[in-house]
Amino acid sequence: MTDPASIRQAGEAQMQAQLRDEGFLITKVEDVVNWARAGSLWPMTFGLACCAVEMMHSAASRYDLDRFGTMFRPSPRQSDLMIIAGTLTNKMAPALRKLYDQMPEPRYVISMGSCANGGGYYHFSYAVVRGADRIVPVDIYVPGCPPTAEALVYGILQLQKKIQRQPVFVQRPESAPYAYAPGEPRPYSKDEMHIG
Amino acid sequence: MTTTPHIDTHLDLKGLHTMADYLAKKLPQAQLSIAVRELTLTIAPEHIPAAIALLKDDKKLQFTQLIDLCGVDYLGTKHPHPTRFAVVYQLLSMAHNQRLRVKTYVAEANPDTRHPIPDTLSVPTVTHLHASAGWYERETYDMYGINFVGHPDLRRLLTDYDFVGHPLRKDFPLEGHVEVYYDAKEKRVAYKPVDLPQELRRFDNVSEWQGATGNAGRAAADNTFTNSYNPDEFK
Repeated sequence: MTDPASIRQAGEAQMQAQLRDEGFLITKVEDVVNWARAGSLWPMTFGLACCAVEMMHSAASRYDLDRFGTMFRPSPRQSDLMIIAGTLTNKMAPALRKLYDQMPEPRYVISMGSCANGGGYYHFSYAVVRGADRIVPVDIYVPGCPPTAEALVYGILQLQKKIQRQPVFVQRPESAPYAYAPGEPRPYSKDEMHIG
Repeated sequence: MTTTPHIDTHLDLKGLHTMADYLAKKLPQAQLSIAVRELTLTIAPEHIPAAIALLKDDKKLQFTQLIDLCGVDYLGTKHPHPTRFAVVYQLLSMAHNQRLRVKTYVAEANPDTRHPIPDTLSVPTVTHLHASAGWYERETYDMYGINFVGHPDLRRLLTDYDFVGHPLRKDFPLEGHVEVYYDAKEKRVAYKPVDLPQELRRFDNVSEWQGATGNAGRAAADNTFTNSYNPDEFK
């Protein structure tokens, strides 16, 4: 009785019995809210480079993100997920932060591809941000250059799992964890630095 | 397979020499040279607007289109050049199916500063003659710091708004001078000096397990431009 399938069967039987005998179910608010949040992620239609093409593939018929309740929205005010798909340049960074600030809480960020993860190929360029986590807090990093549509779908499934574990009534930090002001110590060591 | 005869009227060498002779008469202060069947006219910066206007309006020339305008940085080149910077104009005459390159060497007014401020280099604008020069001159200003005197709106074109330096200069470091970060206190994206935990490594792909075998030599080659800036080189 320890394999997941039999545990789920037992749980379902218990739930059915409770529903039949009592006419109602008892669960935690967090579970219900997180179930709803994870089941209807609405990402913003927003691509920066070639990764955006893979993002489109993940939304199109072959992989079909709609199956996971994930629908692309044309406005940051209707979105709760930002997929940073591509190279984030210095010139784009203030615009990206503004879009993030316009998204309602709770909001999540997926960093897609090497460039968004840590600058990637352009890590030593004068025009590119060395990781989108210097601008916005990132929940999931999807590696690849570009990641396949499957990899992005996997990243979204990982985000759903992460959401289901999160407390509901806690304010999430707005600051970017890898951003540091001049004079401050770096928030990461040389060894854990990810270039791409 | 049959071959079609190759017809290139604008590569007509005889016509090119005729045009060079005509230009030599019209613009005595210019130097003309023909190389690889292309005509280049070299002229001092102060004569640029007059020369471009003449090339545009003269009935026998009619170079009515400015195809491109760009800067050149000759720092570290083997062949001698009179100054470190040059501005190059590519012109097209639709009427005569001819192309012409106009080149002007720009001297630094104050060559002792390591990173000269933008207004040490200046060329008169040609925006009143060719509307297409507007963005070309902005880009050249952005990339080389060459100041186009009389340009109606000489701002940076491509780099970000608080960018420091001119990236296509040979002594500009690849990483730049500043980078962006989100300032949580100020609640905005701010700039700070570049801070790299790891230097750029060059991989020569000679050895699979020692990626950077020739690193010292390559690093020295990279530093050629940054360390070799000698203001006397272009005097």
